[in-house]
Amino acid sequence: MVEVGAHLIDVVGGSEETAEVVVSAIGVHKSFGQLAVLKGVSLEVKRREVVFICGPSGSGKTTFLRCINHLEKVDSGTIRVNGHLIGYREEDGRLVEDREAAIARQRREIGFVFQRFNLFPHKTALENVIEAPIQVRGQRPSEARDIGRTLLIRVGLEHKIDAFPMQLSGGQQQRVAIARALAMRPSLMLFDEPTSALDPEMIGEVLAVMKELALEGMTMIVVSHEMGFAREAADRMVMMDDGQIVEEGTPDHFFTEPTHERTKAFLSKIL
Amino acid sequence: MSLPNDARRATTLGGLLLVLVLVVGCAGSRRATAYQWDPSIFFESLFAPDPRIIRGVLLTVAIAVTSQIIGVVLGVLGALGRVSRVRLIRWLASGYVWVFRGTPLLVQLMIIYYGLLNTNILRWEDIFIGDFRIEAAVQAGIFALGVNEGAYMTEIVRAGIIAIDPGQMEAARSLGMTYGKAMRRIVLPQAARVIVPPLGNEFNNMLKTTSLLTILSVQELFVTFQILNANGPLSFHPFELFLACAIWFLMLTTIWSIIQAQIEKRLARGVPGAPPPGGPGLASRLLGLRRPSADIAPVTGAR
Repeated sequence: MVEVGAHLIDVVGGSEETAEVVVSAIGVHKSFGQLAVLKGVSLEVKRREVVFICGPSGSGKTTFLRCINHLEKVDSGTIRVNGHLIGYREEDGRLVEDREAAIARQRREIGFVFQRFNLFPHKTALENVIEAPIQVRGQRPSEARDIGRTLLIRVGLEHKIDAFPMQLSGGQQQRVAIARALAMRPSLMLFDEPTSALDPEMIGEVLAVMKELALEGMTMIVVSHEMGFAREAADRMVMMDDGQIVEEGTPDHFFTEPTHERTKAFLSKIL
Repeated sequence: MSLPNDARRATTLGGLLLVLVLVVGCAGSRRATAYQWDPSIFFESLFAPDPRIIRGVLLTVAIAVTSQIIGVVLGVLGALGRVSRVRLIRWLASGYVWVFRGTPLLVQLMIIYYGLLNTNILRWEDIFIGDFRIEAAVQAGIFALGVNEGAYMTEIVRAGIIAIDPGQMEAARSLGMTYGKAMRRIVLPQAARVIVPPLGNEFNNMLKTTSLLTILSVQELFVTFQILNANGPLSFHPFELFLACAIWFLMLTTIWSIIQAQIEKRLARGVPGAPPPGGPGLASRLLGLRRPSADIAPVTGAR
């Protein structure tokens, strides 16, 4: 049995990755048809770092996040996670899209939390959490259930282990979704506006889980408008606008003396 | 289960039908003196049936079930083809649906059996499994019904797949599942719930469509009654015989609708608006009634 008092990350045994730079994106471009969404985004995220990406809607922050685990293909530029090129392999100096199995293998290392939770509605909370560890990692079902149960207890859902998603509130569903992503022992967690589909009174419970993860040293990239939370939990703030990163800095610097005009305008609207 | 109650109601319904049949029949016999109305033929065909009738029932069920299974398998493959990322596979699947949905089943039967036979492309041969014989015409019939059904099932399964939120596929793949595994473990099980009601319609149709095999002289239920009507002691009693034939078919489709309700209940796991334990009653199912949505299972916690 896994110790319930352990850290969220320790519950699953932690990731095996030790690379110091977890994410390294260089010159990422992406268009949807005529619409250029990303116009050369470069970002480096170090181990245990918590990076918040903010910016007006349509600025490309969600698209960039989705490129990091290849839910979107990039048009040009490279993204590496733990040193491995994501979604592509180099052949004779050209980038060729990777085979499906290779992409799937890379995604195991990257947890993704969706705005709309995307829990599997035909499976209970526990079944949601243990599905991928058993099906993808080949974990023994008994072991997966042990770990899954402990993870759900740790996100405060000890009474909802056998509940179906439709029986859970939005906040509870999102916490199951976080547990589901953690069960794969990712070395990087991506959060795509994890609280923006939630009623206000449920936002706190999800942020509390994210805060704990951050304190335990999980490497995280968070797209969010929760500026108060960003101030507490972020190591670095990134401001995106019109498909580009316009400003980066520590929360202190970012919130008190933003340098870029668009950051100032954005903060004045949102704070 | 509320079956006993429903069964009673169904029995009442059946009784009323019988009385109606008898009244109409007797009234008819008085006016048209040429027709010798013989209710015993009707009742015997139902309650003490000729062994040929039993064989016909079994053959109809066997053909329908086998054809439907072929249809479902082809339908799943066809639907996966229709949503494939490979253009050639999409074209092949669309072409299959286009041809088999766009031409009459009777014509397909003629081509697949007589057409192939006479051009020596494929000569269907009887298959023996021990003493059990599967006639050539039955094989050709099952093949034609199954392939035809597969075209319809392709569209039904495809509708089921595209009804599932794309976020489900994304979530599965973000957890490291391949496309195939995500389809098999996440998308198709959810699509099954959407697919079963129209699948129920399809199998209901299939049970009845088997009577088209008359053109291959397959002795399923309908042909059996045709033969009984054509010669022998029961001949020239089409009214009694085909009423009995209709009721045999009605029994088969009724049994199926009960089975379908059970399948739907099992697939409703974790779905909002799932029917309460027990589900809609038999009578309301038969008459197509739906209970008001007040029956929706309670949801704990706010959304």
